[in-house]
Amino acid sequence: MAARKTTKKPNVSAEELKTYYREMLLIRRFEEKAGQLYGMGLIGGFCHLYIGQEAVVVGLEAAAEEGDKRITSYRDHGHMLACGMDPGGVMAELTGRIGGLSKGKGGSMHMFSKEKHFYGGHGIVGAQVPLGAGLAFADKYKDNGRVTFTYFGDGAANQGQVYETFNMAAIWQLPVVFVIENNQYAMGTAQSRSTSTKDIYHRGEAFGIPGEIVNGMDVLAVKEAGEKAVAHCRAGKGPYILEVKTYRYRGHSMSDPAKYRTREEVQKVREQSDPIEHVRELLLSGKHASEDDLKAIDKEIKEIVNQAAEFAKESPEPPVEELWTDIYA
Amino acid sequence: MATEILMPALSPTMEEGTLAKWLVKEGDTVSSGDILAEIETDKATMEFEAVDEGIIGKILIPEGTEGVKVNTPIAVLIEEGEDVSALPEAAPAAEAGNEAAAPAAVEAPAPAPASAPAAPVVDLSPDWPADAPMKQQTVREALRDAMAEEMRADEDVYLMGEEVGEYQGAYKVSQGLLDEFGAKRVIDTPITEHGFTGIAVGSAFGGLKPIVEFMTFNFAMQAIDQIINSAAKTLYMSGGQMGCPIVFRGPNGAAARVAAQHSQDYAAWYMQIPGLKVVMPYSAADAKGLLKSAIRDPNPVIFLENEILYGRSFDVPQVDDLTVPLGKARIWREGTDVTIVSFGIGMQYALEAADKLAEDGISAEVIDLRTLRPMDTGTIINSVMKTNRLVTVEEGWPQGSVGNYISSVVMQQAFDYLDAPVINLTGKDVPMPYAANLEKLALVTTDEVIEAVKQVTYR
Repeated sequence: MAARKTTKKPNVSAEELKTYYREMLLIRRFEEKAGQLYGMGLIGGFCHLYIGQEAVVVGLEAAAEEGDKRITSYRDHGHMLACGMDPGGVMAELTGRIGGLSKGKGGSMHMFSKEKHFYGGHGIVGAQVPLGAGLAFADKYKDNGRVTFTYFGDGAANQGQVYETFNMAAIWQLPVVFVIENNQYAMGTAQSRSTSTKDIYHRGEAFGIPGEIVNGMDVLAVKEAGEKAVAHCRAGKGPYILEVKTYRYRGHSMSDPAKYRTREEVQKVREQSDPIEHVRELLLSGKHASEDDLKAIDKEIKEIVNQAAEFAKESPEPPVEELWTDIYA
Repeated sequence: MATEILMPALSPTMEEGTLAKWLVKEGDTVSSGDILAEIETDKATMEFEAVDEGIIGKILIPEGTEGVKVNTPIAVLIEEGEDVSALPEAAPAAEAGNEAAAPAAVEAPAPAPASAPAAPVVDLSPDWPADAPMKQQTVREALRDAMAEEMRADEDVYLMGEEVGEYQGAYKVSQGLLDEFGAKRVIDTPITEHGFTGIAVGSAFGGLKPIVEFMTFNFAMQAIDQIINSAAKTLYMSGGQMGCPIVFRGPNGAAARVAAQHSQDYAAWYMQIPGLKVVMPYSAADAKGLLKSAIRDPNPVIFLENEILYGRSFDVPQVDDLTVPLGKARIWREGTDVTIVSFGIGMQYALEAADKLAEDGISAEVIDLRTLRPMDTGTIINSVMKTNRLVTVEEGWPQGSVGNYISSVVMQQAFDYLDAPVINLTGKDVPMPYAANLEKLALVTTDEVIEAVKQVTYR
């Protein structure tokens, strides 16, 4: 992971910085709450938290336009919150309630929103990559100028279908940004043990797809790279790869004892590269916000998350009839 | 305000655990993300992190304690300046968690009682007017016409697959479509089934109506994850928001002398999947009418064709917009002594057998299922209530066959009407051999159908 650059004076407004701070904090607090509800037995099964990776989706959403699409794997809560889906609806899906975005039938890994152009929430590692290219295929077919952000991890980057997709995205010049969220561990396997190349985006070169490394702990760097990638796609030049180096603080899922890395390694990232602390420093040092201003934002976010959790606890389980609905359109 | 820290569930199956080690002590200040304790679950030793910030006011469960139930308070977190001595010695075992835990599974609805044998109501309306003018057409031409008509009617319909465009189709089913619709809508893919199937499914999520041609369904095994996990399940997983209107079509089943990897009937495989519809036509008219319905259907449809049938000619009604509804069987031939149920190329053996049986004075009713999911079991039941005997015919393997499913439905819904055990005729339980004589032995034959009918009619 690249070290954070704090020396460069960012060309960004106070309002923008505050927005990123708020959005990243919402994801962080939401995920912490989800972890807590999991611990209480209110959330079952798999639950993959996004803590540490917040700058990736918040930066890329800042580069997106209305109508652009996004699709990802099962570590998806952050993506949904960043594109504006209702925190209460997401949390109630985690608790398996009728108020959840999939009526409780999808769970943590499977949520969708046509309104926000969020296409899931997919549980099979790498399967969302051709699906994302397919969304871009539909946009190109309709010639509507839209771009699809297709997120996948360093683990998925070893699935064959990713490269089948790179090939077709390149020959058909599909408007898709492939976002490799490289958090360095495919479940418990370090990238160095699983992946022949140090920088995964290089693999795109074999298909003629340009790409670059992005510091995923710096929301402004992510946004800048995202804007470049989106402009490339919108100009009809085909796909683009962003390999965003990031880090997940928590285990792969809730039941991961994370023995494959040291506590010191995690602690070092938290202390030296935390994406939220980064924006916090920028806000304070640039005199864009006072400690009190930030406390007010913290309070506001805590309130949103608490309300989401309350809704998720109070929303009833789906009625038994729901077992038999939504199988066929 | 003091907050209780509860014993967490750290895996999907954990109900209790061992509090192996405290990493904080009373009086320590903690912030969100700090490791509080190590907890042994049923799977592993896990670190337990703080969610809130505060001071560890009291540790309620000492390290080394085994069998600590999930949601038991294990420590109390206080704020700066709060009085520790006011805290209780040990909180009572939390009931809160029980209330919060997922409510007990709802009792499953009782299975439908073994039926009072009432005749099912089925759709017996003709698929086209009896006086419609007919034209002889091959199945291949009928399929092409179906695609062309639907592509003319709906800009969102497109065809994708290996060699569907410039090559005009590996089996010439897409002949002429590239010329008429252009390369935007008739798309040659690289040989990459998993990838292009995923792209097609994604484009269906994005609002298009793809027709994916597999050069044969044997190659669709490369793509079966996208077919089942992405296409068939997303509507359900999204609570009804995101459907997938797509047709997967191509030749299925044994061709001739192409050996084990290219000769396999997938009817029973796909028929098992909720969320998919599965069609397997026999005649050209049905191929056309069913394919048009499949393209218009808002669900993923598996459309199983047959290479040997492509060149066979049938009467095709010359009507505007010929469609055949999915889920409706066709009674090809009425009879009174036995019911023969088949689909796809199996119909060829069933009909030939019925002709020969008639010469022996046995009247067979022959039903073409046409659609395997949803299956028109009502038409089968009604027929069995009349004939009291049933033989099913298919090319696939015996274990877990389409016929097995039909047998179970008939047992449950028309048991009292059966005068003989149902016979499920299938292909033999072997990979398809190459040698001409062995291949013939591996397939179901007309003679076997005749033999089975004689057995169930005790002739």
